[in-house]
Amino acid sequence: MKFLSEYRDANAAQSYAQEIRRITTQPWTIMEICGGQTHSIVKFGLDELLSKEIEMVHGPGCPVCVTPLELIDKAVQIAQRPGVIFSSFGDMLRVPGSETDLFGAKARGGDVRILYSPLDALKLAKENPSKEIVFFAVGFETTAPAHAMAVYQAKQQGIKNFSVLVSHVLVPPAMEAILGSETNRVQGFLAAGHVCAIMGYEEYIPIAARYKVPIVVTGFEPLDILQGIAMCVAQLEAGRHEVENQYTRAVPEGGNRAAQHFMKEVFRVVNRKWRGIGEIGSSGLSLRPEYAEFDAELRFNVGDYTAEESPLCISGLIMQGQKKPHECSAFGRQCTPEKPLGAPMVSNEGACAAYYRYRRAELATTGEG
Amino acid sequence: MCLAVPGKIISISGEDLARQARVDFGGVLKEVNLAYLPEAQIDDYVLVHVGFAISMVDEEEAGKVFGYLKQMDELGELAELSPDPGVKR
Amino acid sequence: MSTVKDFALSCPLPITDYPTVTLAHGGGGKLMHQLIEKMILPAFDSPLAQARHDGAVFELGGARLAFTTDSYVVQPLFFPGGDIGSLAINGTVNDLSMCGARPVYLSCGLILEEGLPMETLWAVVQSLKQSAEAAGVQLVTGDTKVVDRGKGDGVFINTAGVGLVETELTIAPSSVKAGDVVLLSGDIGRHGIAIMAMRQGLEFESKIESDCAPLNGAVQKLIAAKVGIHCLRDLTRGGLGTTLIEIAEASGLEITIDESRVPVRDDVAGACEVLGFDPLYLANEGRMIVFVSESEAARALELLRTDLHAAGAVEIGRVSAERGGLVKMKSRIGTTRIIDMLSGEQLPRIC
Repeated sequence: MKFLSEYRDANAAQSYAQEIRRITTQPWTIMEICGGQTHSIVKFGLDELLSKEIEMVHGPGCPVCVTPLELIDKAVQIAQRPGVIFSSFGDMLRVPGSETDLFGAKARGGDVRILYSPLDALKLAKENPSKEIVFFAVGFETTAPAHAMAVYQAKQQGIKNFSVLVSHVLVPPAMEAILGSETNRVQGFLAAGHVCAIMGYEEYIPIAARYKVPIVVTGFEPLDILQGIAMCVAQLEAGRHEVENQYTRAVPEGGNRAAQHFMKEVFRVVNRKWRGIGEIGSSGLSLRPEYAEFDAELRFNVGDYTAEESPLCISGLIMQGQKKPHECSAFGRQCTPEKPLGAPMVSNEGACAAYYRYRRAELATTGEG
Repeated sequence: MCLAVPGKIISISGEDLARQARVDFGGVLKEVNLAYLPEAQIDDYVLVHVGFAISMVDEEEAGKVFGYLKQMDELGELAELSPDPGVKR
Repeated sequence: MSTVKDFALSCPLPITDYPTVTLAHGGGGKLMHQLIEKMILPAFDSPLAQARHDGAVFELGGARLAFTTDSYVVQPLFFPGGDIGSLAINGTVNDLSMCGARPVYLSCGLILEEGLPMETLWAVVQSLKQSAEAAGVQLVTGDTKVVDRGKGDGVFINTAGVGLVETELTIAPSSVKAGDVVLLSGDIGRHGIAIMAMRQGLEFESKIESDCAPLNGAVQKLIAAKVGIHCLRDLTRGGLGTTLIEIAEASGLEITIDESRVPVRDDVAGACEVLGFDPLYLANEGRMIVFVSESEAARALELLRTDLHAAGAVEIGRVSAERGGLVKMKSRIGTTRIIDMLSGEQLPRIC
């Protein structure tokens, strides 16, 4: 496939690995923000290509993982109401709530459907006027414009039986929370390429300056990630801390203005709770009052939930890069992809699931798992 | 996160917020909303995420991943290289 | 007779974990395997069942026979390249073939939902007939039931089959040896994507047709030429990845495959990229893996390629002497990773 396959070239990958080794003179800890990048790294075994000096730490860039437990419970509750078609991206179906997940809600008779796009949910609403269609609007900035457009069109077209359950989070505040922590070990970042395709990368400049960390906007294919790491290491070795763009073929500096416009039209920035991490100020999106009628939490009056995480789950520490999955006492024991205690064991690019799928045998030979 | 895949625009219909394209991904075609890329035209390559085109793929920039390597190659030849056992397959 | 209460106390699959059956239990992944291993197989106290192969092979009245059954619950009933009827015939024909048997007679049980249009039933029956003819087998007995509206998905079909084993070989995971070559009969993922393209909310335009096909012809060619086949298995639900893991675990040996040698059509790959699927775990209905010794590999490949349904056969990997039953894949990039079983069905993703 064009603009995809070329970036999986073995020789080029080896060349990049060689280059990174050539310029590395001391240990560095680099975090890739985006779960999709984690997925790629583990799937293609990219960290095998890196020398031991480079430690890749997996960030909280998994909106599925950071959706608060209470919200999953609300989703499950709404999904079981008669007359509701609860639709969602596939990612959310197996994320554990306090009692069960959306798959469980389906097993109990809820009409739960997987959709590719929020616009498909709007279409469902038009086709099923006697039902209430709810869409689980989860994601980072990349997905917000899609949700914004669905809600905007719903209002324009006067669609009354459509609403969204919003769980949107923003990347820069998460980065600052990580960098601001006393136990932070991250020295450089690979920023999320598709988030930046929407938002641009201007907002990372003050972060790089304040915390003196290089930030490289990076894509998702093996060559992208390797080049991103090479550029980050080059900066670290030279003592630079700038924002650079590796993913120039897809990311303009200012991002996508039309998308940003619609995001601002429909959403406002709010404080948000991140599962496993806690509340981060101004780190989430919520529907503006003008669009409140499309807010599923209000429409269904699900009330307040307080939910307790498993005491064994250390997903927060893992997502902030302070611990690795196999350092969790429950990893592979009480917590497996079949019976996950926390979201990172379920989500496709959750660090724990990635480790479990691809690393277990190795870990077994070193006495873990 | 944010699986966005590059595809080629085969045809376009509609206007403004309802402007759509049929986009080709290696032989499968999907309807994609173009509201966020008003400048997109037939034969352009776009990145698609959850049914929306979010960015154009710049062909010239796309080659730079390989250009960078070539640069490094040339720099590497000038610098002193210690033998690297595990690299060639 | 044990009471339900007794059963709950001694059930090895803790009911508290999954008080009800979920869709994941049918998905071909770990949960389904657990259900079968821990609850179902122990109830069938027979060494034949314990062999865990696609069918049971035994001697009866001097003949060596293979016997198998399979049920079909696909939605939609009709999809590009096939329908529930052709699946039902080819699935059982293939299971018998994987035992090294020549499939001869099939039974067919139909469970119809009240309200199913007669025309639909007629189309399914015609498809059963045509598929049986194409595979060279006869439908000799059957049953028909009707259930209330809402209690069935239109049509459920069960087929069972009997075949004649005309080789002395034991074709089973236990015969797999270190050094064996793994052959794959064709490109993967077509069936899974063909079905996906029709699911509401995920539709896309494509020319991808299911690979649903009978493999008995290809297998018969190998047997007639006396190729030393060690093991055969068709891919079905859970895909190439899951099937390799099943064989590796059953044989106790390690299998390594080369990603760049596993054929995936461009359009199937494209659909996988868009929906976030890994072709390794997509369903197939007309593909098999063949384990032979290195010395037999070239001959086996040549023979497979003369059959219409295995024309794309290629070598994809090797069995190593390592114990442990792991499956490893060398990626395009040159790094190696472990292939693990998914816990349930693969779901489309945006992340």
